[in-house]
Amino acid sequence: MEPPIIIELLGEKFPGEVLASGESLGQSWVSLKRDRLADICKYLKTTPEIKMDYLIDVTAVDWLPRTPRFEVVYHMRSIKHGSSLRLKVPVEEDDPKVPTVTGVWLTANWHERETFDLMGIIFEGHPDPRRILMPDDWEGHPLRKDYPLGGYDWEFKPW
Amino acid sequence: MGLIEGQFEDSYITTKIDLLINSARACSIWPMTFGLACCAIEMIHAYGAPQMDFDRYGVIPRATPRQSDLMIVAGTLTKKMAPVLRKVYDQMPEPKWVVAMGSCACTGNIYQTYSVVRGVEQIVPVDVFIPGCPPRPEALFHGIIKLQEKIKEGRYIRKPIFQEETL
Repeated sequence: MEPPIIIELLGEKFPGEVLASGESLGQSWVSLKRDRLADICKYLKTTPEIKMDYLIDVTAVDWLPRTPRFEVVYHMRSIKHGSSLRLKVPVEEDDPKVPTVTGVWLTANWHERETFDLMGIIFEGHPDPRRILMPDDWEGHPLRKDYPLGGYDWEFKPW
Repeated sequence: MGLIEGQFEDSYITTKIDLLINSARACSIWPMTFGLACCAIEMIHAYGAPQMDFDRYGVIPRATPRQSDLMIVAGTLTKKMAPVLRKVYDQMPEPKWVVAMGSCACTGNIYQTYSVVRGVEQIVPVDVFIPGCPPRPEALFHGIIKLQEKIKEGRYIRKPIFQEETL
């Protein structure tokens, strides 16, 4: 099924959840509310005509002066049908929470941990919400725009 | 002691023992390979490639810090790796030396970011810095020869000369 038709179908199936949609460089994107994200992803994966069985990436974008500040981005692809789709979920700075999609795609586990580690997005219901790249005692989320490029002053503290 | 009494110059015999110890240490540097990034490829090249052959300097790579005298830090040290580097350094028996190989290990190079340690001398005391990105195996040889010169000047059973620090 072609991505624009999938987006139309999403609007019918989940009324009020689709905020916006469009196409960029031949790739379709759809902006969603975060509340029923896990249901929508489960629908996208399990419906045989859509069958988005491959979650390529979970990441986030920091639009610093803009509100809502963050946008969590999901790239997915149907290996069977050869179609791709991009979901965007805007979240506010003071409440950067998104429901986890680990129950739908297992590969989301580490992707969501990385997004939490570097951007500070909290994935509610995640089975293992630890940092994945930075040390466990690290403070802050380094890929945020207001994090200094060279990092904060650092002193070697063994153990 | 009657035979050798008054026969030699000042502290002649102890100087020779120091020379023996220093020569033994300088000519059997067993390095521990701390390869962290692309510099490690040049280091392996220096160890193993037939046209390079590090063994002729008595440099025989060891796989464990407990048998090593020298740690060659080859590559970019991240802040997450820093406690591991220090732990491995502490496991090495005395006497021990450290060579910082490559610009990343010396200064952090272009990685002025939140995650990279700018210079391993923040973590361990470094004897020889080898710049380059990455340095050629010849540069690593040069660094090892400089380290040998440093070891050969060491005073172990002689009293140390107190002189002005040139650091």
